[in-house]
Amino acid sequence: MSSIPTTTDEGYRAVQASEDFQTLRKKFRGFVFPTTAFFLAWYFVYVFLSIFAPGFMGTKAFGNITIGLIFGLLQFVTTFVITFVYARWANREFDPLADAIGRRLDGVQEH
Amino acid sequence: MTTITFATAATTVGSPALNIGIFALFVAFTLGIVIKVASGKKTAGEYYTAGGAFSGKQNGIAIAGDYLSAASFLGIAGAIALQGYDGFLYSIGFLVAWLVALLLVAELMRNTGRFTMADVLSYRLKQRPVRIATSCSVLAVSLFYLLAQMAGAGGLVSLLLGISGEAAQNLVIAVVGIVMVLYVLIGGMKGTTWVQIIKAVMLIAAAFVMSIWVLAKYGFNISGLFQGAVDTAASSTNAKTAANAEKLLTPGLKYGLTTTSKIDFISLSMALVLGTAGLPHVLQRFYTVPTSKQARKSVEWAIWLIGGFYLLTLTIGFGAGALVGPDVINAAPGKANAAAPLLAFELGGSVLLGIVAGIAFATILAVVAGLTITSSATFAHDLYKEVFKRGNTTQEQEVRVARLAAVGIGVVAIFGGMLAKSQNIAFLVALAFAVAASANLPTILYSLFWKRFNTRGALWSIYGGLLSSIVLILFSPVVSGKPADPKTGLSASMITNPDIDFHVFPLDNPGLISIPLAFFLGWLGTVTSKEFDPDKYAEMEVRSLTGHGVATALEH
Repeated sequence: MSSIPTTTDEGYRAVQASEDFQTLRKKFRGFVFPTTAFFLAWYFVYVFLSIFAPGFMGTKAFGNITIGLIFGLLQFVTTFVITFVYARWANREFDPLADAIGRRLDGVQEH
Repeated sequence: MTTITFATAATTVGSPALNIGIFALFVAFTLGIVIKVASGKKTAGEYYTAGGAFSGKQNGIAIAGDYLSAASFLGIAGAIALQGYDGFLYSIGFLVAWLVALLLVAELMRNTGRFTMADVLSYRLKQRPVRIATSCSVLAVSLFYLLAQMAGAGGLVSLLLGISGEAAQNLVIAVVGIVMVLYVLIGGMKGTTWVQIIKAVMLIAAAFVMSIWVLAKYGFNISGLFQGAVDTAASSTNAKTAANAEKLLTPGLKYGLTTTSKIDFISLSMALVLGTAGLPHVLQRFYTVPTSKQARKSVEWAIWLIGGFYLLTLTIGFGAGALVGPDVINAAPGKANAAAPLLAFELGGSVLLGIVAGIAFATILAVVAGLTITSSATFAHDLYKEVFKRGNTTQEQEVRVARLAAVGIGVVAIFGGMLAKSQNIAFLVALAFAVAASANLPTILYSLFWKRFNTRGALWSIYGGLLSSIVLILFSPVVSGKPADPKTGLSASMITNPDIDFHVFPLDNPGLISIPLAFFLGWLGTVTSKEFDPDKYAEMEVRSLTGHGVATALEH
């Protein structure tokens, strides 16, 4: 990391303590932690059902399409949806705040 | 009678000369591109990360190229062909895992590191001990992954080139290894990335064509395709396969047999979903883009491509089950790994087989090259520069060490591949994921998200996760003690002599124990140590979220 010019540590600590940064941090964690909890829980529900309720998962919903297969495909759907929603949220809500704080840090550096 | 002709056809399918020809063409074409875009002298940044100059979209395609390894293509297609639903479970774990990378790891890693995973982990901790520990786990994970790819090459060779002799198979593994080292030496990360991009496009296109082809044979009726796979399995000459034909569509064919195999599957699922974001060669790819926004875009693209590809493998797997059938697949050299190439032959004869074979080799080449870059960066940047020389080296020395390391890793890959060529590749990769999820992910998450985290926590977690996962594998049925096959008298374990049995751990995959253990040790080590650097913590946290300092780092 030696070649990265560092602002004074007080600069980073001041920013870290600032209200804006705390809001940014809260916003970020408020999005990614619950989302992670949700997709992990849903994934393991699916795994546990496949292992411990093979009868239910093997029930044919229509034709040869079993409930297990539908749930498996729903895992794909939720993964795609979370990706899309997160990217939109990050581009619109997170980036402007993060960039503003980053720019202010650069401003501090110039003085 | 048809079964017999198929079985003979299976030992040498297609035209070996054509297969070799298409592969040689791919190598010539990609080497040409590597020389054109990326030859010449390089700074350390150019060698390890292509100077961070790729776009998010390019990098996303390259990530797909890196991640859709021989295990994904050949291993999963084969697992679906033979075990149906239970094979599909693999691909779901491999895909959902990307959300961990997207939400928790990719952007923050890009913002706090430059060249290697250890850059991030040692950011606010004691440099030397943490870099040494991280290097150990990076090299261990990469070695497992490397062996899996080389094992895939070995199996393919016997199937596609009509070569069954040991010596000839070993020769082809050596050729793959040498070409891979050439890519890395000439092209560095830039050249390797372009090889991965080209390969990803070819692989996804081929999988798309094969899926449509299979579906067309069944009037685009998925349910009909499944029925076809069940019917083919039901007419198997193997009584067990025939009796279980209906079970292809339901869970449990592979993992539902006993309580142990059920728990083993939970263990595997944990390793898959938590392993991806701890794979060093995947993390390395995030450094090839300039900003965290581009890192985000990379993962977005990767998820679309990887998810789409796994949907295609579902069709390819059931297509192989229906059109080729379990008897022919099991009789082929490479067994399950041969399902996709055999399906290609069934659909489009030796020409399509040649194309798919060429792509499969290209897949192995590209993934192995990525692993080699990552491992050589760990040797040169973490061990040589930061630990051994304490930062006092020139760029030239560092790059020279990295190139030497790449050659050394190439030699290990070649000999390891020769030894591992009969192992199932999806399964070897699953072990790499288990070690990555145990040794790397806890420390990555703690250092990014837990204020108190410190050096002792990192060391306990990395070494604890690494040792526990490897020791558990060593004493698992993977290495010794699986029951002997009544036909061959050989055990399905790595040690095929059924009389040698020292397994004490019942599960194939160690994740269920080693992942929670590594998280626990990280916590325990941290709370028993008082070390805390508020300045470095502030710097790391502010940079990780705002990307401050990344742009300036790029100019060097």
